[in-house]
Amino acid sequence: MSIKGKAHIAGIFEHPTRHAPDKSTAQLHAEVAKGALEDAGLTKADIDGYFCAGDAPGGVMAMADYLGLKVRHFDSTDTGGCSYLVHLGHAAEAIAAGKCSIALITLAGKPRTGVMPPRASGAEADFEAAYGATTHNVYGMCAMRHMHEFGTTSEQLAWIKVAASHHAQHNPHAMLRDVVTVEDVLNSPMISDPLHRMDCCVVTDGGGALIVTTEAIARSLKQPLVRMIGHGEALKGPRGGKDLDLTYSAGVWSGPRAFEEAGVTPKDIKYASIYDSFTSAVLMQLEDLGFCRKGEGGKFVADGNLISGVGKLPFNTDGGGLCSNHPVNRGGMTKIIEAVRQLRGQAHPKVQVKNCDLAIAHGTGGLLGVRHAASTCILERV
Amino acid sequence: MDSAVKYPKPQGNPETGHFWEQTAKGKLMIKRCTACGEAHYFPRSLCPFCFSDKTVWEESSGEGDIYTFSLMRKSASGPYAIGYVTLKEGPSLLTNFVDCDPSKLKIGQKVKVVFKPTDGAPLPFFTPVE
Repeated sequence: MSIKGKAHIAGIFEHPTRHAPDKSTAQLHAEVAKGALEDAGLTKADIDGYFCAGDAPGGVMAMADYLGLKVRHFDSTDTGGCSYLVHLGHAAEAIAAGKCSIALITLAGKPRTGVMPPRASGAEADFEAAYGATTHNVYGMCAMRHMHEFGTTSEQLAWIKVAASHHAQHNPHAMLRDVVTVEDVLNSPMISDPLHRMDCCVVTDGGGALIVTTEAIARSLKQPLVRMIGHGEALKGPRGGKDLDLTYSAGVWSGPRAFEEAGVTPKDIKYASIYDSFTSAVLMQLEDLGFCRKGEGGKFVADGNLISGVGKLPFNTDGGGLCSNHPVNRGGMTKIIEAVRQLRGQAHPKVQVKNCDLAIAHGTGGLLGVRHAASTCILERV
Repeated sequence: MDSAVKYPKPQGNPETGHFWEQTAKGKLMIKRCTACGEAHYFPRSLCPFCFSDKTVWEESSGEGDIYTFSLMRKSASGPYAIGYVTLKEGPSLLTNFVDCDPSKLKIGQKVKVVFKPTDGAPLPFFTPVE
């Protein structure tokens, strides 16, 4: 059994806020759910499946109760920032299996103005917690090794931020709208070697939501049709410390699974949403997904190759996490939303990809250099 | 982090208690599976490779080389160098590099284990040997 073509994304909503001192986290979940329902032309009573992750206060039971949902299927898988890319795949599975017909997925939170839930730790805690692994330094360790093995440079990484900034200038909601240069990135303060401040994504309050449904229901609604045709997910960790290799992510497994199910190849993709917690993460994902060979990501991203209308692979045309939005330090949701906008033809005209009929939304979650998940979704305009 | 930093005390559990008893004696222990022959870190009772329960404690040389590192410059407790060491015995482990000039760290550099105190068992760290 395959999920190919079984589930449509009929509603999307990205909260316009990037700073929400006057709202609660639960309220933000409700606002994005309402926004996605209105985008689809549905009401709350239509929802029979609900998906949320660790950002939902109290988990799926408390959140469903707060929202007043009555569902017959739910899933609270938490794999950090890619949770929503996993939820989309799982929602498609549930819809294909008849377990629900209209699924809601929400993400929201307030890292700037509220309290963030602590990161869960496992059996490794005594052996690792003292060493101060953070997102910045574990992504830094991966980038350092990539540079060592393949000669990747900070200038090449900077091009990823430059491309994101070219897109963000057209997004009125983007947190950072100024176009930047390679020199600007290299001159920004070093945070954790070799990552400069401008290699890092923004921190924003906010959220987003999706409505996933059957083909029949999607056809009865108002939005252009966008369907899931492939999904893959994978986990990677040090696994006892054997043959440690931080130059690739679990995307080397999730990507091929998704492409195989979709029956397409990276060459067919017209637009790519790639989780950009850090510039270096984008470079690694482009290699892992097969857009270029391992070690050649630096050459691939240089010279504006990710800028819409200029380069060969337009990416993150909303400005991405690097410039626009990274709600709750979890970027998977906004990756899906911009991919759907592109496929609907609803991206900003300055960044809309012509004849955009096939897109990828992909991300990793957790700590890339330690333990992480990856999820790849391939989406098609019908 | 330097020696002024207060490190968290290991909580320990029935599976890992022996490891912490040995760090108190200045020994870094790894686990080796007698069924498949593979060594691993951090220690498990069941081998993470072949899932045999025939794992035994083995003292590591405490010597290895730097697989990768990153100097974290934005930290309330001051800059620190996090990284992975690949031990001579094979397994790689996450650690901090201490008692050194972190701006001189290099991938491939030889390092050895040193122990730093906590309110409980000492914790292993690594420092360059050259």
